[in-house]
Amino acid sequence: MENTALLEVRDLRVEFRTREGVAKAVNGVSCTVHAGQTLAVLGESGSGKSVTAQAVMGILDSPPGFVTGGQVLFQGRDLLTMGEEQRRRLRGAKLAMIFQDALSALNPVMTVGAQLAEMYQVHRGMSGKEARARAVQLMDRVRIPAAKERVNDYPHQFSGGMRQRIMIAMALALEPDLIIADEPTTALDVTVQAQVMDLLAELRREFNMGLILITHDLGVVADVADRIAVMYAGRIVETAPVHQLYEAPAHPYTRGLLDSIPRLDRKGQRLHAIKGLPPSLTAIPPGCPFNPRCPRAQDICRTDRPPLFPVAAGRTSACHFWKDTLDAR
Amino acid sequence: MAETADVKEPNVSDVKVSDASTTAEVEAVLDAPVERGEPILQVRNLVKHFPLTQGILLKKQVGAVKAVDGVSFDLYQGETLGIVGESGCGKSTVAKLLMTLETATSGEVFYKGQDITKLSGRALKAVRRNIQMVFQDPYTSLNPRMTVGDIIGEPFEIHPEVAPKGDRRKRVQELLDVVGLNPEYINRYPHQFSGGQRQRIGIARGLALNPEIIICDEPVSALDVSVQAQVVNLMERLQDEFNLSYIFIAHDLSIVRHISDRVGVMYLGKMAEIGTDVQIYDHPTHPYTQALLSAVPVPDPEAREGRERIILTGDVPSPANPPSGCRFRTRCWKAQDKCAEEVPLLAVPEVFAGKQTPAAHESACHFAEEKDVVHAA
Repeated sequence: MENTALLEVRDLRVEFRTREGVAKAVNGVSCTVHAGQTLAVLGESGSGKSVTAQAVMGILDSPPGFVTGGQVLFQGRDLLTMGEEQRRRLRGAKLAMIFQDALSALNPVMTVGAQLAEMYQVHRGMSGKEARARAVQLMDRVRIPAAKERVNDYPHQFSGGMRQRIMIAMALALEPDLIIADEPTTALDVTVQAQVMDLLAELRREFNMGLILITHDLGVVADVADRIAVMYAGRIVETAPVHQLYEAPAHPYTRGLLDSIPRLDRKGQRLHAIKGLPPSLTAIPPGCPFNPRCPRAQDICRTDRPPLFPVAAGRTSACHFWKDTLDAR
Repeated sequence: MAETADVKEPNVSDVKVSDASTTAEVEAVLDAPVERGEPILQVRNLVKHFPLTQGILLKKQVGAVKAVDGVSFDLYQGETLGIVGESGCGKSTVAKLLMTLETATSGEVFYKGQDITKLSGRALKAVRRNIQMVFQDPYTSLNPRMTVGDIIGEPFEIHPEVAPKGDRRKRVQELLDVVGLNPEYINRYPHQFSGGQRQRIGIARGLALNPEIIICDEPVSALDVSVQAQVVNLMERLQDEFNLSYIFIAHDLSIVRHISDRVGVMYLGKMAEIGTDVQIYDHPTHPYTQALLSAVPVPDPEAREGRERIILTGDVPSPANPPSGCRFRTRCWKAQDKCAEEVPLLAVPEVFAGKQTPAAHESACHFAEEKDVVHAA
């Protein structure tokens, strides 16, 4: 298992067939995650990051969403060609997901204890009593105070941070090999966000899991990720180890993102905003999808779609002028 | 309690209260311009308690959610005052109280020396014209059945003196142009715009009546990073162009530092610390501010390694039943018996009183101590 990837996504394509036309949400995404590694998928709304996660998990709303191509190899087996029943057994046991909004992801009319215990009863065939005891252990593990007394509480009786811990507990219940966390801390306050991210990082180390962290927050990514994949208009435009990405981005979009956030440690001048808006997924511009907003755009960018060029060991960038971007810091 | 003259909370006594009594006099006071750098809005001991009741027929008050519990600050003409805090700290309630959308339980809000919590009728209407608001969610704060022209022009229906009927369309198109939208979009509906464009519409509506103060409640937190920067730049440009004073409420500490001249940190209905951006971010003295700043993820892996992280335990207590004494003591690593007994005043801490240091700013902590948590050691 050492050198084979835990998850390998190859040329994944997803589209949504709507009345307004076909929205191409994911257009050939490839990435790999190894055991014990954290891959951050960074992008703004509509970049396709959540849809990619849903396609990997097999929870895409279909219709209107359709996977139109590619492979998702999990421990060497293609999830997309697998039967639904087989796939359902993997979900939860081998790969699990943490959602952004714990209040709507948890069942409001079931106690949290029952929801956690259900995992063990369904997947492991445990008795109700046994499963309950495990649920309490699990709640302890994610540091919910007085877990024994709170196991019979309903989700609305917990604070936002505690609910997110329950989500994490649920994802961890069957000790999966891969966790996909979709904006796990976006709805939380900063002090609570720090607690939850710390917990997640600690558990990932302990269980040697792979973690895919989907986020729009450049700050959160810098804190926990090993590698970053930046998405724009359904494509990965840059991949890099976390330090290198922040030090010298190789794609003008990444550069623009980094320049447009204000700093906490000093007062900046005017923010360098990226001009314009992200493209509509029903009408992605030809050539490089970023070309209408790009300060470096030339004629070639409007006609030829840049592939992911290798930039350095473990780094790629989908920009015709990656060299100039890299040098211009 | 310390009896030194230096230690004192902002008090009504240092407000220059206007002595206008008739409506005409009050209106004259409200229309008078304020010099740059002079206080335009002075808030003193503002309190808002929401009653908690029990029973259906015979409603009995069983307690109160102390959303805002004694907040005082000044807003100077032409400046931006940032207010930060976690959810439930009362920052949005403060905004509503300043807009007189909620009635204060007690306390005063002096706008040009007039206590607006006691005004009504024409005088209140004149105040409202001068204090406008930009809301957080550009999706729910615009009526989906109204065209952009109607949305931005609606304030003129209530304050017809600002733009006569024949001029309104032209004025709306000017406003669209000012916020960077195509004036030809005047007949479009909100759903035809992106999030960033909608927030520009919200800003144009806020500007319509030529206000002096704009209260922005999380104006960019619903927007994507690349669009957020555009809107922040726009707001800074408009401030210079129209000589506006902003109260900028947000939970994103980086954005607040970027836009604010002074920053107030709120915790559970009280102001914990207030000062200039350098004083708060580079020389914080309140443990809550330090914890809050240290928890912000910094988008720079190099910088983060040298930073000290303070991870707070537990959650914010319920504002219906706040801790005695200092409200932060249940999560504070410095808490001692004194903190449970005595409410710390928002004042320059005694240790720094009279000293020429950026740490000498108002901080409501018995054991205030300077600590840089933002910069790498």
